[in-house]
Amino acid sequence: MNGLADEDLALLLLIRCFERKLLALFEQGELNGTTHTCLGQEYVPVSLRPLLRDSDWIFSNHRGHGHYLARFDDPEGLLAEIMGRKGAVCDGVGGSQHLRRGRYLSTGVQGQSMPVAAGVALHLSRHEPGALACAYIGDGTWGEGAVYEALNLAALWRLPLLVVVEHNGIAQSTPTPAQMAGTVAGRAAAFGVRHHAIDALDVTAVRREVAPLIETVRTDPGPLVLEFRTHRLGPHSKGDDVRPPGVRPVDWYAAYRAAHPAQSARVEAAARDRVERVAAEVAARPPAVWGGA
Amino acid sequence: MRVAENLNRALHGLLGDDPSVYVLGEDILDPYGGAFKITKGLSERFPGRVLATPLSEGAIAGAAAGLALAGEKAVVEIMFGDFAALAFDQIVNFAAKSVTMYGRRVPMPLVVRCPSGGHRGYGPTHSQTLQKHFLGVPGLSLFEVTPFHDNRGVLDRMLALGEPCLLFEDKVLYTRPMYGEGAVDELFTWRLVDDVAVVELAGGGDPDYTLIVPGGLAHRAVSAMRTLLLEHDLAGALLVPSRLHPFDPAGVPGLVPLLARTGLVCVAEDGTAGGTWGEHVAAGLHTRLWGTLRRPVALVSSAASVIPTAVHLEREVLVQDTTIRSAVLEGLHG
Ligand SMILES: Cc1ncc(C[n+]2csc(CCOP(=O)(O)OP(=O)(O)O)c2C)c(N)n1
Ligand SMILES: [Mg+2]
Repeated sequence: MNGLADEDLALLLLIRCFERKLLALFEQGELNGTTHTCLGQEYVPVSLRPLLRDSDWIFSNHRGHGHYLARFDDPEGLLAEIMGRKGAVCDGVGGSQHLRRGRYLSTGVQGQSMPVAAGVALHLSRHEPGALACAYIGDGTWGEGAVYEALNLAALWRLPLLVVVEHNGIAQSTPTPAQMAGTVAGRAAAFGVRHHAIDALDVTAVRREVAPLIETVRTDPGPLVLEFRTHRLGPHSKGDDVRPPGVRPVDWYAAYRAAHPAQSARVEAAARDRVERVAAEVAARPPAVWGGA
Repeated sequence: MRVAENLNRALHGLLGDDPSVYVLGEDILDPYGGAFKITKGLSERFPGRVLATPLSEGAIAGAAAGLALAGEKAVVEIMFGDFAALAFDQIVNFAAKSVTMYGRRVPMPLVVRCPSGGHRGYGPTHSQTLQKHFLGVPGLSLFEVTPFHDNRGVLDRMLALGEPCLLFEDKVLYTRPMYGEGAVDELFTWRLVDDVAVVELAGGGDPDYTLIVPGGLAHRAVSAMRTLLLEHDLAGALLVPSRLHPFDPAGVPGLVPLLARTGLVCVAEDGTAGGTWGEHVAAGLHTRLWGTLRRPVALVSSAASVIPTAVHLEREVLVQDTTIRSAVLEGLHG
């Protein structure tokens, strides 16, 4: 694997340590409700980070902590949101899967954000040419009709819509072959929509591969589907992994650590410390107050 | 001027005055101008902001919400209100919730127009009035077109609310004239109290009964009132609100004396009974005016049935002026 700048690795490991900490807090009974960690998929939003601009909109989903942290580097606000503490991004109302901050928004209904992203892309195409709307969806979400209605609309109206598919081979407990006939590529082709699959787990390689494609969404508007063949390391939410324990999904970090042990150890220790400090500090905060809306 | 023309002019005016307004819907472009011609002429005047969509009610509502999220304003036409069911998730779970679920208020200026109601022989899936399925959703207001309220004002008000609104439009009402200032006919006058059109007997005293109906039933209600006056010597009043939900007539100071002096309140609506707007209004009246009301509020809904296509079968199921008349007579004397 290519060596990474400390800054990139720090963000990758911030996300990893954050997610691990969430699962630990759940086990200790410190967290309420549910959460979906992106363990194993951290490199997707981190790769895209320098390729997206502040003027771009991001639509995230239930597995969105990495998307948020890659955009804002704000573990305090996110953890406060998840723990319902003061300083929460959305006053504790939205929680893990309903976040909004500026041009970043997530919702908990699969596929729902696609038409909304198309609407935002329509606005951008008129008033801010060059900016795009990016929607993250999973492979299982291709079962939702909203995805196709939105793809059709975006293709017809040539909207700058970047669909980032995190194809981790599973939807909750259902493996992709049991829930998807055909392929994402075939479905995109049916709409005449550009599609590109990425197998690389290496941030530098991913960036090199997708940068020119994302640029085309800005200069020659129309939807683009980027399908990341990725790997969910952890449970769907918490303690609900029904995959056979023998089969370990591929972990980009195992490969990176093997190639760059010293940097990994140093940066991981720093990330872990940071998350521990954030967790202690946020846990000590008073409850979030909903100012009402 | 007919109601359809008033609505069409309202949309022309809105698009002309506010460059951030978009109109989206199926088959709304000229020369077709929409299934009910409400959008006629819009696409020729405002080609970039009047957009014909594929048959994708969910995506239309979602894209409109996206426009609103990005700072624009959007008016959606659902060809037949029945199909709002296909946009339910976007309206209820996204647009309405987004106003408050992110902690701070997110303005969502969005109007979803729903041509509704029967009496036209379109059958079970093209004749419904779906209000009750959208009642009581935080962040979602329900309005209905009436022959009293100028639709430009109604559209401006909905968009100014900054939350998604459904606008129900009775398809028969489209073809009827707007009531001119003050007079309904030679017997009845009307005036506005708040956003509620109040129809009364010219020079009349206390009403024997008071009807409360959405705009689509206004003509059937007035017809029932004429018969009740001329054949039964009963003087009635009629309340027609522009906003159906939230709506609390007993909370409008200008309406309380009227409601307190009336012999019977009867709420009539299209759609089947069970979890309805009328039941909600009645519950509010019973609670607020307990001890003042002379009788329990009478309710009129359509029959518990799908809406048949054949004209004689459809007539049996839907609320007619005669249904309202019978309910009043029964409520007062029955
Ligand atoms: C409309 C809808 N149906 C079901 C769910 C429950 N649910 C949440 S995540 C999920 C699986 C999603 O799978 P995928 O799109 O592959 O994303 P992943 O979880 O693998 O990241 C399901 C079924 C939901 N949130 N929304
Ligand atoms: Mg998946």
